[in-house]
Amino acid sequence: MTTPPESFLELRDLRIHFPTEDGLVKSVDGLSYKLERGKTLGIVGESGSGKSVTSLGILGLHKGGRAKISGEIWLDGEELVSASADHVRTLRGKKMAMIFQDPLSAMHPFYSVGAQIVEAYRIHHKVSKGVARKHAIDMLGRVGIPQPDRRVDDYPHQFSGGMRQRAMIAMALSCDPELLIADEPTTALDVTVQAQILDLMTDLQREFNSALIIITHDLGVVAELSDDILVMYGGKCIEYGSAEDIFYRPEHPYTWGLLGSMPRLDRERTERLLPIKGTPPSLINVPSGCAFNPRCGFVGRTEGKSTSEVPELLETEGGHLVRCHMPRTERRSIWDNEIKPMMEST
Amino acid sequence: MRKTNALAFAALGTVLTMGLAACGGTAGGGGNTSSGNKATDGAAASTAKYNDAYTKVVNPSDAKGGTLKFALTNEPDSTDPGNTYYAWNWNFTRLYARPLMTYTAQPGEAGLKLVPDLAESAGEVSADGKTWTYKLKKGIKYDDGTEVKAADIKYAVARSNFTDELTDGPKYFALYLDAGDYKGPYKDKNLDDFKGIETPDDYTVVFKLKAPFSEFDFLVSNPQTAPVPQAKDTGVDYEKAVVSTGPYKFESYEVGKQLNLVRNTNWDPATDTTRKQLPDRIEVQYGQNGEDIDNRLIAGQIQVDLAGTGMQPAGRAKVVSDPKLKDSTDNPFTPFNRYAMMSTKVKPFDNVECRKAVQYATDKTATQAPWGGPLGGEIGTTAMTPTTVGYKQFDLYPNGADHKGDLTKAKEALTACGQPNGFEANLAVRGDRTKEVQVAEALQASLARVGIKLTIKKYPSGDWSAQYAGKPDFVHKNNLGIMIAGWGADWPSGFGFLSQIVDGRAIKPSGNYNQMELNDPAINELLDKGIQTPDATARNEIWAQVDQKVMESAAFMSFVYEKTLIFRPSNLTNVYVHPAWGMYDYTWLGVKQ
Amino acid sequence: MPGSDPPGHSGRTIVVAFIVRRVIAAVLMLAVVSMATFAIFFLIPRALGQTPEGMASRYVGRDATPEAIQGAVKRLHLDDPLLVQYGRFAQGIVAGQDYSLGPKKAECPAPCFGFSFNNNQPVWPTLLDRLPATLSLAIGAAVLWLVTGVSIGVVSALRRGSVLDRAAMTVALAGVSLPIYFTGLLSLSVFAYTLGIFPGGGSYTPITENPVMWFQALVLPWITLAFLYAALYARLTRAGMLETMGEDYIRTARAKGLRERTVVTKHALRATLTPILTIFGLDLGLLLGGAVLTESTFSIQGIGKLVIDAIRGNDLPVVLGVTLFAAFFIVLANLIVDILYAVVDPRVRLS
Repeated sequence: MTTPPESFLELRDLRIHFPTEDGLVKSVDGLSYKLERGKTLGIVGESGSGKSVTSLGILGLHKGGRAKISGEIWLDGEELVSASADHVRTLRGKKMAMIFQDPLSAMHPFYSVGAQIVEAYRIHHKVSKGVARKHAIDMLGRVGIPQPDRRVDDYPHQFSGGMRQRAMIAMALSCDPELLIADEPTTALDVTVQAQILDLMTDLQREFNSALIIITHDLGVVAELSDDILVMYGGKCIEYGSAEDIFYRPEHPYTWGLLGSMPRLDRERTERLLPIKGTPPSLINVPSGCAFNPRCGFVGRTEGKSTSEVPELLETEGGHLVRCHMPRTERRSIWDNEIKPMMEST
Repeated sequence: MRKTNALAFAALGTVLTMGLAACGGTAGGGGNTSSGNKATDGAAASTAKYNDAYTKVVNPSDAKGGTLKFALTNEPDSTDPGNTYYAWNWNFTRLYARPLMTYTAQPGEAGLKLVPDLAESAGEVSADGKTWTYKLKKGIKYDDGTEVKAADIKYAVARSNFTDELTDGPKYFALYLDAGDYKGPYKDKNLDDFKGIETPDDYTVVFKLKAPFSEFDFLVSNPQTAPVPQAKDTGVDYEKAVVSTGPYKFESYEVGKQLNLVRNTNWDPATDTTRKQLPDRIEVQYGQNGEDIDNRLIAGQIQVDLAGTGMQPAGRAKVVSDPKLKDSTDNPFTPFNRYAMMSTKVKPFDNVECRKAVQYATDKTATQAPWGGPLGGEIGTTAMTPTTVGYKQFDLYPNGADHKGDLTKAKEALTACGQPNGFEANLAVRGDRTKEVQVAEALQASLARVGIKLTIKKYPSGDWSAQYAGKPDFVHKNNLGIMIAGWGADWPSGFGFLSQIVDGRAIKPSGNYNQMELNDPAINELLDKGIQTPDATARNEIWAQVDQKVMESAAFMSFVYEKTLIFRPSNLTNVYVHPAWGMYDYTWLGVKQ
Repeated sequence: MPGSDPPGHSGRTIVVAFIVRRVIAAVLMLAVVSMATFAIFFLIPRALGQTPEGMASRYVGRDATPEAIQGAVKRLHLDDPLLVQYGRFAQGIVAGQDYSLGPKKAECPAPCFGFSFNNNQPVWPTLLDRLPATLSLAIGAAVLWLVTGVSIGVVSALRRGSVLDRAAMTVALAGVSLPIYFTGLLSLSVFAYTLGIFPGGGSYTPITENPVMWFQALVLPWITLAFLYAALYARLTRAGMLETMGEDYIRTARAKGLRERTVVTKHALRATLTPILTIFGLDLGLLLGGAVLTESTFSIQGIGKLVIDAIRGNDLPVVLGVTLFAAFFIVLANLIVDILYAVVDPRVRLS
């Protein structure tokens, strides 16, 4: 055990492993990062990269007693991995809250939207149902639901997709959480609504001064909101840096691939400039060496460095971390000379 | 022919035999350890042995009181004595309905002798044999205290035999009485129009017959002669409030569910030589699970399975494997003969030698097995059964020491028939009667040994006599050479047993029971002669002759004289098997309290 | 905007219209059921060459004279054209009919399903007479199996893979596999005849006569019948619970900081029970039409026992009566289930 960090949130070497019949699934495998109040962290990765499990782990919601969790999660001076489950529960919803993707399935179909917000509020506030209901209407209004006093009794299926997401946000924010985690908050929405929701989240974050984690597979979503961006692959962080680092000076071939697949107004969404070949790695039989190796288009440019070892996450400059066997110069040169021009040319 | 109860859920019962026989040991064994247990009453110590009630009265007792409980798997066709055709019900209705004559209350052959019941004495027959006169005992009362009148007996016969509504009973009186075109009391309210019976005074009943009928005393022993006051008759609904002349009367009756009888204080034992009045109450439950009835009998919770058709396979397996339980059973003959008839009109069975070949080749131990082995029936060699008056034992086709078949003789017969290598034929059976199908299969295997290849044809029992085996046209068209059937007499005499099944004049285009279509003038004449012979001994001699002639035709082959295994709980007193019913005499029973 | 009309708006009108529509459909369905049953017992035998006399011969004594058979044909109207026969039956239900018992006619007021061919009793009063036994059996067993089945299913799901879960699911498999006939007779043999704790078969007594006896006599039938269903419901509940516990909204509920007990009872159970209640309604409706095997095994004179006897005895009016009666319960159960479903699950609309 180490001393409490100064950061509001800090993960130290977090590992979440699931024993299954086929073997140990290493969903999160040695993840560390920090986040301050009022700041936004974007976690980007494909499905199965461990980005959702990480955030569930923070909330103590990684499934059941079968998962093996190790490392440290420090939230506002408290370590959560070693804390009792019941204590973590009291923090959930109040200290830290989560906005789930696909609010149609994430909201209970049998209870009205209002009732679900009221429930969330009353867990942490000993108030009457009437007071909680007023609060729910207030929250719905603040997330931009028109006529919240009437819509409060509607059921989730009676809301449109965007409104449901707003309601979900209202529910998550109902207890003023200091840490807000949004898991693919806009995936199910169309582009114009996406922008509205993202704006709303940043506005509210500013208002509440919360720390915000946005989890997405789409770099475009976090491009403008995030202070920092963490790219996950195979349960590990493979690149971390400020938004500028990631967008203008990316050094990992996987990040390049993600950037290449960003939707742009002048391009068909499905058209991939720099496609990432193959499928995400199995988290059971993680390839020896670099997990990205089988899909990497730049294998062999490591200048003799052994690829059988797992590359370390090393600082390249000013807090910009990269996990790659290629020497820094080589990475820079590939980006500047091969990738960037191709992106700009189209 | 009397109906037997179809074995409800017979197939399921068989399946359960194994499972329940196993736990049955527990149920039976419980009797040894916990003496205070109510469930052990039935198996409690009793000195009576297996089959004791067949020859003597077991647990003789005149102790009165208690409730005697009967249970039945299905429900009676009717509790109306005039509207029922079940053997057990003819036995049971005597508790509340007294006919003119009835059977002597004794086990063994003595029980087959008729004694007067409502009548003062047996019927007096006129010189021409066509008029039978019965004098009533004086002072016999209904349960409401009113006196029984001769006209009530006349009315009872009129309603049971001459109406469309009361369809369930036999119609012998309609057949034999000289009643012209009498329309019955429901269409013709004036009873004087019924000329078949005359009542010159309140105590005299005179039956007018079309032709002489020497066994008329047997006919009037049918519960249809139990009196019914015309004012009390409600047709088919009369069964709900039968007016009683016997030791018990109706307390309540829920059709299909329960019948409760209580003592009839207006019954005078001085007028009744055959009945007792021991229990305070008699309760009958209908629609009871057959397997469960056996278990309740063994546990002593009920006393009698009303149908008298014996235990289910599971219960049977349980009691025969436990000597103590087996001592609480009796194994009487029923009135039934289980047999095959060979059609004399279907080739090659039109040749007597081919029929003989079947008689010789059959392994009768194999065909006995489906009935339950020796407990289910004794191997038969005649048409008449051992409990029929006039029965004589003989065997025209001895087929080996163990009845396993005499293949040499069978082959000789086949050669004589001109079919030395055997032949192919069809065997008809009621496909929904498991035991009969098993018999058919055993017969098939037997005959295959001499080259007779049988194809089994299954028909539904519901229309068996109306559409299939009972319809000669159908039999001929489909070449049904052998048909498996059974028959029980309505009264235990040769005539009662034989007339429907061997008389050539009884062959009918449909509903035919002479399925072998045997039309031997000698047999027909003997039947006529017999029924007109007043002397019982001479008459019974004639029935034996008929049996002999039938068997000479070789068209009739008995598998077994049916027997049942009935359970006798130790809390049942005054029990004996009455030969006329092949079950306990229900009017004698008492119950230990 | 989809779904922007608020709920509860003219909700009562919707429900009434729904019920009216469904009742009309139910009546039509009952008519079809009656016709189908009628056809099975009358039309098909006729088509196969059965004569009215042949049919009548089933309902007269063994030794029936041709006159008696003709009488039965006339009395039961078997010689009328089939449409007329069906019409008479249908008319009887609506308007009642007369029936000859002998010296006088019996009246059978509507609803009249006719008189049993076998024991000449009017069918409708018989049905009403048999109903309490079936109701007692079915409702008692239903409560028992719902409570035990669901509890076991929930516990099994929450302790998935534990010894308790495995034991419960093994017993449940046995419950589903063993025939009632077997479990029933076995329980009687052990508890009634060996231990003497409960009364034996055939001891059902109406609750109005003797409530204590009613209860004692029904314990074994309830358990026997409930065993089968409880096993089924435990498996259903377990499967449903496992599925529900994996739903996103359960994770949401936990993310709010709800206690696990609240998550299970308020969020998971409610969603799991909804489809189970639907099945429950239909099962109960079906049982009210007669628990044939249980009633037969324990000799309870209910609807199921009545119909199995009637089928065995070719007693068409009784079979028709019970069929319609049972169909009525199933239709009713369906209707109630649909309405309840709409109440429980706001996504479902009555339309």
